[in-house]
Amino acid sequence: MTVPLLKVRGLKIGATAYPPGEKPVAIKIVHGVDFDLEAGKVLGLIGESGAGKSTIGLAAMAYGRGGVEITGGEVWVNGRDILKENLRNLRRLRGAEVTYVSQSAAASFNPAKKIMEQVTEAAIFQNKFSKADAEARAVDLFRRLGLPEPETIGKRYPHQVSGGQLQRCMTALALCPEPDLVVFDEPTTALDVTTQIDVLAAIKEAIAATGVAALYITHDLAVVAQVSDHIMVLQQGDMVEYGTVDQIINNPQEEYTKALVSVRSIRHEEKTPTDNPLLRVENVTARYRGTNFDVLKKINVDIHPGQTLAVVGESGSGKSTLARVITGLLPPSDGTITFDGRVLNPALATRPVEDLREMQMIYQMADTAMNPRQTVGTIIGRPLEFYFGLRGKAKQKRIQELLDEIELGKGFQDRYPAELSGGQKQRVCIARALAAKPKLIICDEVTSALDPLVADGILKLLLNLQKIEDVAYLFITHDLATVRAIADSIAVMFQGKVVRYGTKSQVLSPPFDAYTDLLLSSVPEMKIGWLEETIEHRRMESAGN
Amino acid sequence: MHPILKLIAQRLALGLLLLFAASILIFVGTSILPGDVAQSILGQSATPEALANLRRELGLNDPAVTRYFMWLGGVLQGDLGTALTNGRDIAESLGGRLKNTLFLAFWAAAISVPLAIFLGLLAVRYKDRIPDKLISAITLTTISIPEFMIGYILIYWVAIKWRLFPSVAIINDSMSLGEKLNAIAIPVMVLTLVVLAHMMRMTRAAILNVMQSAYIETAELKGLGMLKIIRKHAFPNAVAPIVNVVMLNLAYLVVGVVVVEVVFAYPGMGQYLVDHVSKRDVPVVQACGLIFAAVYIGLNLVADIVSILANPRLRHPK
Repeated sequence: MTVPLLKVRGLKIGATAYPPGEKPVAIKIVHGVDFDLEAGKVLGLIGESGAGKSTIGLAAMAYGRGGVEITGGEVWVNGRDILKENLRNLRRLRGAEVTYVSQSAAASFNPAKKIMEQVTEAAIFQNKFSKADAEARAVDLFRRLGLPEPETIGKRYPHQVSGGQLQRCMTALALCPEPDLVVFDEPTTALDVTTQIDVLAAIKEAIAATGVAALYITHDLAVVAQVSDHIMVLQQGDMVEYGTVDQIINNPQEEYTKALVSVRSIRHEEKTPTDNPLLRVENVTARYRGTNFDVLKKINVDIHPGQTLAVVGESGSGKSTLARVITGLLPPSDGTITFDGRVLNPALATRPVEDLREMQMIYQMADTAMNPRQTVGTIIGRPLEFYFGLRGKAKQKRIQELLDEIELGKGFQDRYPAELSGGQKQRVCIARALAAKPKLIICDEVTSALDPLVADGILKLLLNLQKIEDVAYLFITHDLATVRAIADSIAVMFQGKVVRYGTKSQVLSPPFDAYTDLLLSSVPEMKIGWLEETIEHRRMESAGN
Repeated sequence: MHPILKLIAQRLALGLLLLFAASILIFVGTSILPGDVAQSILGQSATPEALANLRRELGLNDPAVTRYFMWLGGVLQGDLGTALTNGRDIAESLGGRLKNTLFLAFWAAAISVPLAIFLGLLAVRYKDRIPDKLISAITLTTISIPEFMIGYILIYWVAIKWRLFPSVAIINDSMSLGEKLNAIAIPVMVLTLVVLAHMMRMTRAAILNVMQSAYIETAELKGLGMLKIIRKHAFPNAVAPIVNVVMLNLAYLVVGVVVVEVVFAYPGMGQYLVDHVSKRDVPVVQACGLIFAAVYIGLNLVADIVSILANPRLRHPK
């Protein structure tokens, strides 16, 4: 048997937490993980946030982010235990033998330097290539990764290329010094689904062409199934299951893996539209002040009482702007919004309190949507005071009812947001919205920042609450799986227009318009070979046209 | 037009407007000072007729607005008026003084700015370790002691005990550069110690802020050394805040040296101003005020423009 390129034994990783007013506490992030990776193979690391995936990935470079420290075990790269190396030797390893692709290329590129300089920096600094050779290699990688104008794109600054292109540049940066191993840390998570598929295909081709080994970290099993040979499932710092892609997807052994595989299997029967929509958006056109183009162009959608309209589209399609217009944060330049039979004032400030109460919002980042210095009780109690004048015992009783409704139960009233998990925070935000007894809740990407299993819980809760409270949702998302799970009707937005609108079954049934087809076919499926099939299918179609 | 030119043009226009506003403030401020210029020139024993004549001669009977525009018109043509006390042309006597002040400020800046930035980088490199704490402690001590006190301490040690440099910093045009530098050595030291802490701590904070960025991690994972990371990846992105504080301190070196000039009897603007304030020589005070305002606004303008130029998004739009 050959010596593996990367051999990890009993890897333990910890960090120090500094709870306010208490003594520092040592916390364990990874409790002893073993695995091997052979040259030229790809291992997928999968798990929820906090599972230790990124931490393990960075341990392959003997690097601890922030206060993270590797506390035990062995990490063998190319036949030596890098945890025993000094910093000088580690610096020769990093950027030469092992390189790293981060989740956010936009943040990981220095805004003040040209792309080419950054892509070739490690290769030149590590004496792998001369400047001319490194640049030639970078251009070659740009071409291989499908970047436009590969000869000259390196002369641009990071802000002058798109997010998807920058993520490919980051891959070129990692591959340029001809490393033996690349750590891909959620490289496509921040991208739109239609961009993700291309970047994914580009990464896969580049890995195959250069014969480099890779650790591919993601929370999306469908994505990792496309690029990996093996998959390791992690949960809270422990390995749950390890196997080939085929085995993990088609024959998972552990309960946790099964849950991951079957995630997003919520079934929701769509309701039929009524004759009296709760909210009617007619011919709405809007633009931001100081700009000269319309972000929304003649939007027409209805939301029916107790039903869910999902607005789906890529970033920049105008879906969040639609929410801003409906809530009155951005008065439209044209068109009307009718709510419950009455025409709403365009601007928020001129709307009566009752209109405000009946329409509530939940945001993507529950963290920033709550005052960190207020307890959960205060946060939920505020709308009760403001809209209903509740005080004292009556208020306490209602707060507890709401907490029960969001399945948090007792003991949460006095907690601060920092003491809650991501899913719990989002539940508190839901309770705050419900406290106003609204007829419509606008949910702006409410599950996007959450792990799949937690997001599933939130979606189930929202559906459940809809049954009890008969509240309508305007559900803004870029995630089609969420749409399938929750929508009664769907509006597909693209470049400020609604390109497809109807009931869920209408929108999701062929024949499709070109954009909806692209969007739907770009969602990764948990199937080996899906990526190649889709890309091949697209190639043939474009050749046929 | 390139957006950056537009931004810079806006800043320049704003700077001129500010300078105009400052000139009004200076004029109003000196006009409402108690006392009568004619009285202070002629002394207590002046006859009412002589006072009235002098007032007419000086134009003190004209409305304030007329006097302001007369003054402003003169200033725009380079005529700062004549000093009431000795009847000499202000622009002429101020020219030499200003040159001396700028000479002192230049050498103080030439030493303190690179030193502050270097110490700031060093403090980042050894963050929370002994060199960092030592640098912080020393610079904070020197900024906390009043500058005349530092001046006397340095005179005691450097000039009297060790006899390295003279304690009085009198220079004139016949001296060679070396002689001049020798004369101003101690004032330069004092000024350096006074402005060092502010710039050094801002450099440290700005770079530490940038060091949190993901692209610094990228650089670390390329295997680059810490000093190279700071120099190549952190510093270019921290230029704007650093330049701002550097310019504020440069302005202080020109405008705020009054105390130091008096302590060392240095023939600069500060001393000139103090002399004439005590003699209630309004035109001189106005001229000095205007020059100080121009220096302040000008240097801050430079800081603004450098910040704009340092931003790659503005320099290279999409």
